[in-house]
Amino acid sequence: MSDRSEEACPGQVPVPSNMAEIRKAALRQPTKTPMPMQDPEVRSRNFSEVELGYDFDLAFNESHRCISCGDPKCIPYCPVEINIRGMIDHLKKGDIEAAYQEIVKTNLFPSITGRVCPQENQCEMVCVKGIKGQPVGIGYLEKYLADWARKNGVRPHAELWPPNGRAIAIIGSGPAGLAAAAELVRLGYRCTIFEALHRPGGVLLYGIPEFRLPKQIVDFEIDNLRGLGVEIVCNALVGRTITLDEIQEQFDAVMIGTGAGLPYFMGIAGEELSGVYSANEYLTRANLMNARSFPAEPTPIRVGDRVAVVGGGNVAMDGARVAKRLGAATVDVVYRRTQAEMPARADEVHHAMEEGINFLFLHNPVTIYGGEDGWVREMEMVRMELGEPDQSGRRRPVIIPDSNFRKPYDVVIMAIGQGPNPLLATLTPYLVTNKWGQLVIDPKSLRVHLKDDAAHRPAEEAAVLAEDAGPAGPEGPVRIPVICAGGDIIGSQAGAGGTVIAAMGHGKIAARTIHEMLVERYPELANSLEIAAGS
Amino acid sequence: MPDQTTAGTCRTLSGKNYRIRQKRVLVAGDDGIVLAEVEAPLIARHAQAGQFVIVRTHEHSERIPLTLAAWDKAAGTITLIYQVVGHSTREMAAVEEGGTFTDILGPLGSPITVKKHPHPVICIGGGVGVAPIWPKVKDLFELGNEVITIIGARTQRLLILEQELRPVSTELIVTTDDGSYGQKGFVTERLHEVIAARNGQISEVIAVGPIPMMDAVVKEMAGKSFREAFDPSVDYDPRRIPLIVSLNPIMVDGTGMCGGCRVQLWDPSKGQYEARFSCVDGPAFDGYAVDFRTLTRRNRQYLDSEKRTREAAASDAETAAAPAVETGQARNRETGESR
Repeated sequence: MSDRSEEACPGQVPVPSNMAEIRKAALRQPTKTPMPMQDPEVRSRNFSEVELGYDFDLAFNESHRCISCGDPKCIPYCPVEINIRGMIDHLKKGDIEAAYQEIVKTNLFPSITGRVCPQENQCEMVCVKGIKGQPVGIGYLEKYLADWARKNGVRPHAELWPPNGRAIAIIGSGPAGLAAAAELVRLGYRCTIFEALHRPGGVLLYGIPEFRLPKQIVDFEIDNLRGLGVEIVCNALVGRTITLDEIQEQFDAVMIGTGAGLPYFMGIAGEELSGVYSANEYLTRANLMNARSFPAEPTPIRVGDRVAVVGGGNVAMDGARVAKRLGAATVDVVYRRTQAEMPARADEVHHAMEEGINFLFLHNPVTIYGGEDGWVREMEMVRMELGEPDQSGRRRPVIIPDSNFRKPYDVVIMAIGQGPNPLLATLTPYLVTNKWGQLVIDPKSLRVHLKDDAAHRPAEEAAVLAEDAGPAGPEGPVRIPVICAGGDIIGSQAGAGGTVIAAMGHGKIAARTIHEMLVERYPELANSLEIAAGS
Repeated sequence: MPDQTTAGTCRTLSGKNYRIRQKRVLVAGDDGIVLAEVEAPLIARHAQAGQFVIVRTHEHSERIPLTLAAWDKAAGTITLIYQVVGHSTREMAAVEEGGTFTDILGPLGSPITVKKHPHPVICIGGGVGVAPIWPKVKDLFELGNEVITIIGARTQRLLILEQELRPVSTELIVTTDDGSYGQKGFVTERLHEVIAARNGQISEVIAVGPIPMMDAVVKEMAGKSFREAFDPSVDYDPRRIPLIVSLNPIMVDGTGMCGGCRVQLWDPSKGQYEARFSCVDGPAFDGYAVDFRTLTRRNRQYLDSEKRTREAAASDAETAAAPAVETGQARNRETGESR
């Protein structure tokens, strides 16, 4: 931290003299300390962050809204187990650095989670302050602390176990893989992340737009991970560039976090037209490939005047808001149910509305029409109404007969969801998938189900547990692979999925399973941990 | 904050850069064709005929798909052959021997199944599409097939790999559109002759080249005139000769994630066209099933963007005297000549 400049905010800010007054007022304050935001008019034309973030005074004030419960409800609701009360207690005393270090003890990626977590369904949902007002802005505080660390060059003080000589391969550098690596590297494992794209981050890079999660921040936190010794290998598509078998010859265990790399289309006529994008393609061009800077950056994107985004989730909101920022005059979100049923975070919908995105609720596309040149011209839609509740309890959208109409569009973005990337499972015969294409896992341990023949793969290692050992073949003894999976490749098999934080939670669980299994297989691992713990 | 992070620059799997070990200019000039032998041991180890890679020349490049022309497992190198058709391929061509590409991802796509056939196999390559046909010719020939290779170019200057293909072809037929070398005319005319000479006794046809060429090959082989031309006595179905084409749609990631490379394939069981992803389901497909009209249109999607890049570059040039650029992705797909 020697490079911290004099102007930078120090890690320990003197407690203000009027501390008691601040505390008293904050405790009575029913709502969160307002988050400074970019004006909707302005921000809908740029890619800078929408939320500008707290300064120290705002964060200090918000921290004093927390009553420091003796039995904090928030902590068990954090998928990555942040000691939220501990973090806030430090901040209350002005000790920013200690507050930051408290977070990174369990979550190495606070500037990411502070921005993209659905706190309203997690920690903030159960905050006692929320009973008679708004909960403590835990997400805002996490973001503040993480940004403070980044701006002041403060890196996590990670307690690392000594290297234990065992190696873990992590497939995919998205949230699940990053979180798993963060756990395992601290336990002394040599971690190597394999990433198919040219830059690590997965959906954090190609999917989530700059104005919600600046790419520099993703880079910074991945760099922290690298600082702990995690190695990241790009341009490595496991299954093609290197096979899972080859990886298992060199690594003791594998974590698969290959994500939702399969865009869905509706299967309606006209989806082949030029100007029809999957949300994946549209966002990848705009985010990862920087098409928003075209022509300075060489990857192009069709902007168009009139854009339709089909779907009601967070990806649809991202697509719509990117389209607006790229310069589309009108952007319509087409969703077949009503606002109440939208799966998107309420905040994102609110932001999109503020930015002038139109919403066509209870509408569904039927056909897309193109011109002679093959470009999208119009989309035919049908109006819907809500009928009887379906199995999920949501009222099912039903077509209103003869309500079809056409509306002109230049670009149509399909954001109706994406499935698990099928590539690895297709190329690895002993991985088991379910009907949605997800890897089948044990929901508690996240261990991947394997077909029987997986165990018969010859292994170089002789050390095997008796119960794991199969018959010794001519190639020597065999062992059962240790493979776990998390993130969108397992969907909702281990509880609610589909979010960055759920994937990070999976990464942690998978890391623990891998560790437990390897300790069982190589008892000396436990010894080395005890030695380390005792020293 | 200045970008001090290194997350953008990752180690390759082998721990080495993608270095050009050997570079040969096959065709000189503004529309030149370059052969580069690049160090990429893992890609070389896993590559199979019909697969491709995605290349980024530097940190601010497009992702450019290129079919593998050759590979050497022992040397750990892959051979890429690319024509300068726009901004991105010009940048690629500017990298000299000993220089490096920032990223190469591969091998991608489903390999072409190569086996011993009872009858001769015809391999057709047009333009820079002669490069991807090379490994298929080699594999088929080494399996003991009779391989009739037909290669074509607009003019003699643009003809590539004739010397490389001759020893691995039972018969090599060379055509140029303008007759400056080999036989004058299109590859389809020679194809017709070859099939007619063998009265349809052909096990397989593989065609790789610009979209109009592949489309013409399909039309030739599926056409009524083709059927009537040389087998009037038998209830002859020209589609009994399997026809494989290798497509070159616009793509971004190349791993099945974006769907930008979807092509329309006729599904006879459903009686309609179905979308398939060229990067994972292809790039080789049953030629008779491909909707070339849609593919052509989709590959023209960024022509306007290309114009914008050129205009932007031109206005820059007024002040900075910068050379005019065009987006490779737009041009590549339009001409179909980068693969």
